[in-house]
Amino acid sequence: MSTRREQFEEAVFPPIVALLVALICGDLLIMSYGQSPATVYRMLLEGTWGNAYGFGQVLYKATTLTFTGLAVSLGIRAGLFNVGAESQLAAGGFLAGVVGLALWPAFPLPLAILVCIVAAAIGGGVVGAVPGYLKVKFGAHEVIVTIMLNFVVLALLNWIVADHLHVSETLHTPEIRNGAIPRLDAFIQAFHGSAANLTIVIALIAAFLVWFHLFRSKRGYDLRAVGLQPEAAEYGGVKVGATLMRAMVLSGAIAGIGGINYVLGYKQYYEEGFAGGSGFLGIAVALVGRNHPLGVVLAALFFATLSQGGLAIHAFVPKQMVDVLQGVVILAVAMSVPEVRTALRRARKPVAA
Amino acid sequence: MTGLPIATANRGQYAIRMTGIDKTFGSVRANRDASLEVMPGEIHALVGENGAGKSTLMKILGGLQKPDAGTMEVNGTDVTGWNTSDAIAAGIGVVHQHFMLVPTLTVAENIILGMEPVTGGRIDYPKAIADVQALSRETGLAVSAEATVANLSVGEAQRVEILKTLYRGAKILVLDEPTAVLSPPEVRELWTVLRRLRDAGGTIVLITHRLDEVIDVSDTITVMRAGQTVERLKTADTTPALIARAMVGRDVILTSRDEASALGVDVAGAEEESPVTASTFHPSDDMTSAIRVTDLVILGAQGTRAVDGVTFSIRPGEILGIAGVEGNGQTELIEALSGLRPVESGLIRMSGHDVTHKNVSERRDAGLSHIPEDRHRRGLILDYSVADNLVLGIQETFAKRGILNRDRIEANAKEQIESFDIRPPSGQIPARNLSGGNQQKVVIAREMGRKFSILLASQPTRGVDVGAIEFIHSRLREARADGKAILLVSAELNEVLALADRVAVMYRGKMTKVMSAGDVTEESLGEYMTGTRMDTAE
Amino acid sequence: MNPISFVTQTLRIAVPYLFAAAGGVVAERAGIISLALEGFMLTGAFSATLGVHYTGSPWIGLLCGVFGGLVFGLIHAVATIRYRADHVVSGIAINLLAIGVTRFFLKLAFDSSSNSPRVNGFGGNQAWYGFDNPLLWMGLGVAPVLAWVLYRSPFGLRVRAVGEHPAAAASVGVKVGRVQYIAVAVSGMLAALGGVFLALDQHQFTDQMTAGRGFIAVAAVIFGRWDPVRAAIACLLFAAAETLQIQLQGIEIIPSQFIVMIPYLLTIIALAGVVGRAVPPAALGKTE
Repeated sequence: MSTRREQFEEAVFPPIVALLVALICGDLLIMSYGQSPATVYRMLLEGTWGNAYGFGQVLYKATTLTFTGLAVSLGIRAGLFNVGAESQLAAGGFLAGVVGLALWPAFPLPLAILVCIVAAAIGGGVVGAVPGYLKVKFGAHEVIVTIMLNFVVLALLNWIVADHLHVSETLHTPEIRNGAIPRLDAFIQAFHGSAANLTIVIALIAAFLVWFHLFRSKRGYDLRAVGLQPEAAEYGGVKVGATLMRAMVLSGAIAGIGGINYVLGYKQYYEEGFAGGSGFLGIAVALVGRNHPLGVVLAALFFATLSQGGLAIHAFVPKQMVDVLQGVVILAVAMSVPEVRTALRRARKPVAA
Repeated sequence: MTGLPIATANRGQYAIRMTGIDKTFGSVRANRDASLEVMPGEIHALVGENGAGKSTLMKILGGLQKPDAGTMEVNGTDVTGWNTSDAIAAGIGVVHQHFMLVPTLTVAENIILGMEPVTGGRIDYPKAIADVQALSRETGLAVSAEATVANLSVGEAQRVEILKTLYRGAKILVLDEPTAVLSPPEVRELWTVLRRLRDAGGTIVLITHRLDEVIDVSDTITVMRAGQTVERLKTADTTPALIARAMVGRDVILTSRDEASALGVDVAGAEEESPVTASTFHPSDDMTSAIRVTDLVILGAQGTRAVDGVTFSIRPGEILGIAGVEGNGQTELIEALSGLRPVESGLIRMSGHDVTHKNVSERRDAGLSHIPEDRHRRGLILDYSVADNLVLGIQETFAKRGILNRDRIEANAKEQIESFDIRPPSGQIPARNLSGGNQQKVVIAREMGRKFSILLASQPTRGVDVGAIEFIHSRLREARADGKAILLVSAELNEVLALADRVAVMYRGKMTKVMSAGDVTEESLGEYMTGTRMDTAE
Repeated sequence: MNPISFVTQTLRIAVPYLFAAAGGVVAERAGIISLALEGFMLTGAFSATLGVHYTGSPWIGLLCGVFGGLVFGLIHAVATIRYRADHVVSGIAINLLAIGVTRFFLKLAFDSSSNSPRVNGFGGNQAWYGFDNPLLWMGLGVAPVLAWVLYRSPFGLRVRAVGEHPAAAASVGVKVGRVQYIAVAVSGMLAALGGVFLALDQHQFTDQMTAGRGFIAVAAVIFGRWDPVRAAIACLLFAAAETLQIQLQGIEIIPSQFIVMIPYLLTIIALAGVVGRAVPPAALGKTE
């Protein structure tokens, strides 16, 4: 028997079911607007993967989503539901922007980028540490704490920017003096105009590192053990509290690094509201990517395509259709995961001795 | 079936008649061709060891489970496969082992839940409270109707459970291990209530594995073993020894007796042996005992003393068996010894070192292995592969600079799978997909397949098939021969008797004198287990 | 600062919270985590706007709004009860879905991506300070009514039992699933009323007009420890803080962003147990 295949099936079936459901819903919405689904889907693909600019935008959007998706999925692997990626992303971007602003221009660029990334990780990590600490110390449920903290942190950042750091008449900070990450069009002319930048390489490295940490390191072994069966992990000598704390900080840090995509790679300044829901969408990415780094990268590409595709089809069907489809996909995955698991486990009875 | 039909009444006269009941959960056959015949107006004891299928049979009767095969009749009507509401409506009341009470609600609210007295759209609380008080007076089940259930003692909670069924008009009352949580005076009180209910025409089925209770209170007995009904007896015509034999099966008892005599222990009339005298027999005990526990106090979930001043020691090459009804502090004791539960006071020494406040991995490093009582909760990470499970607790030693060495993990798996005969022989399968026996072998392979000097074996054969039981027993004997000190905790009396060199019983957090296995009989153990005798070790 | 305008403004701000928090209390007492309040409100606001736009009657709008909340409540119920989906994920998905659906149909119905045309509302007589709006009174009355239902009616007793110990409730024949379905459906309708008030009060629907109010309601539920009356008091408290912030604008004793934080910070503090631990219903969020 091939159990890897079974695990693969259990992981892959729910997103496939969800995609089919979303496709049907999409058909209905398109037809309700009096258009032909086939035409609209073709438009969607042509506007995203079909031309360099659109593809660049997909890559740009997928970059941020990869970070937030990785952050959420790392948390879930430890049994923690981090709904705070939104504010961790913002805090990371903010700190990267501030450090980029403070660094003198003569500082070597690669080093400056590295310092900014560390700053972003610290920004997100600190925001992640709060729910981690409250969970371990007081048993406060991380879902509620991270949701509430989103509002607190975003309000705090808004206050700092509005009262101390903004360029007048705008909601953003001055442009950073160092640490700007080159855009892709510096290497490939065709990407001209798109926001895609080298952060995508960092995102892929991050995905690999998260995979390595989860599945190849001792701490990853402990982390997943805590997520699956905390009592068994404790029995296995794992310090559960410390592991949860570490996972929450790490999750926050990863989301925080995501902030550099906009702040260092795209605009070169921090702007109020730049996260724009990417943190929440990270939940969808983690869910559809089944909490596996490779799945997260693919799911990030999917949601980025959907988001960019909305613009491409706007002439025919309101781009708001993709907002509906996002919700449908998440709901369908969430509903089919337990169903598929039960169905598959019923189909294969325990192996006889 | 060896049962003797004690009633030749025609079927219409049975209060309950279940025949040929089969029920399978996953790979476990909880009931196979089980049967039960209960006459109206009697107290009927349903006895058997843990896992004999009593609770499952009663869940089927109460409509919580549906049988895979078989028929059941209540008061002459076929009710096979009914649901909870049907059962309640037909006058069946089940008092579950784990109370089915909502802790945040009051006694009265719990009792009326589901059939609330209503006037003008709202619950008539004055009536509810009056009804509960009246019922309480009639039956002698004293409760305070307006108290919150969370604040009740277990005895009071149980009275609420019984009242709950009576409020619903139960004529047939099923009690699942009702005395497991009660103090002796509370037990006597319960008997009085049950007798009164019977004399008022009620029918009572009492699930238990305490023989003294059976003799005390029942009129008729059904004995179950391994999912089957094996005997039906009139209480007046039987003895505890006969029931015990039916419960455990003749052969097994004989095996354990053979064991005892094979060890060369004088069975007749030997003095019971306390750890103090044990240490005088072995003058260098302090030096040689692999594990030594002194005046250990451990708090349970509700802050009560789950383990209350326990002292014992085990030498290398010795198995100390702890018998006793579950829930008398064994779980907490093992958890504290393994480092999973903090020690309130007292001392734990392993191989001469004080480990009282050491954590789980420090104790492992000191040579402690631990087969936990619940492999699904603690012993295995069910979604991890067999190979990964085989390094749980020693994962550190399979990593270098924090990175796991997959090759060594796979090699270790291959080796352990072979030497412990784990089937199917693949390290890649999630532990969830193995049978219970093979899951347990994974735990045993991990804990016994590496260097250790002390082993805590808690319910090591629970829920595994006969073949695996023999395998596990022989492994434990080999380990003893190899000089390991083993603490065996088991709810299976015959397992303790078959393996242990010395035996102790835990009852309400205290440990009786440690007896040498040869001095022990089922009867004497039974008395300790039920608290009839209580000479505790100091 | 005018005390009358302070009170009336506080109430106006509080009404959507009062409805949504009541919805949150019902669902969570039955064991279903309610992060979908925001989505219910938004759907309610939009459906009501549609209803009023096409009929001119705010009462029909109200019914449409309640119906919209019911539909989304049932989606949440089916996902979490029938399909055992994670309650948090389902809630978040419903919020996203509500944003998407309202945007899509906003475009479809009114060809706008920002707001609907002006619609009628209730009352509006300046002399009444908003007290001629029946929804205001309903909002004020919802908590006591809910408290009565939860603590006095058979259904309420069953809801409380199901949220604490579903197996115990099932063992006495209570239909756990049915109780939860009803609770979540009611939760959707109640929260939707909050959205209805918002839309009719502002005489139009605007994209994402609930602006996080559903989460303030979640905060109120937790801060009020899952009790209808205490949650309502929390709503009034949060609303008063907001009013203070609005009315003190320009004076700047404390930056407005810090006032915004108050409900969320209080909730975090309540969860951490600094002042009396907030303990949720025991079976909250369980999907097995």
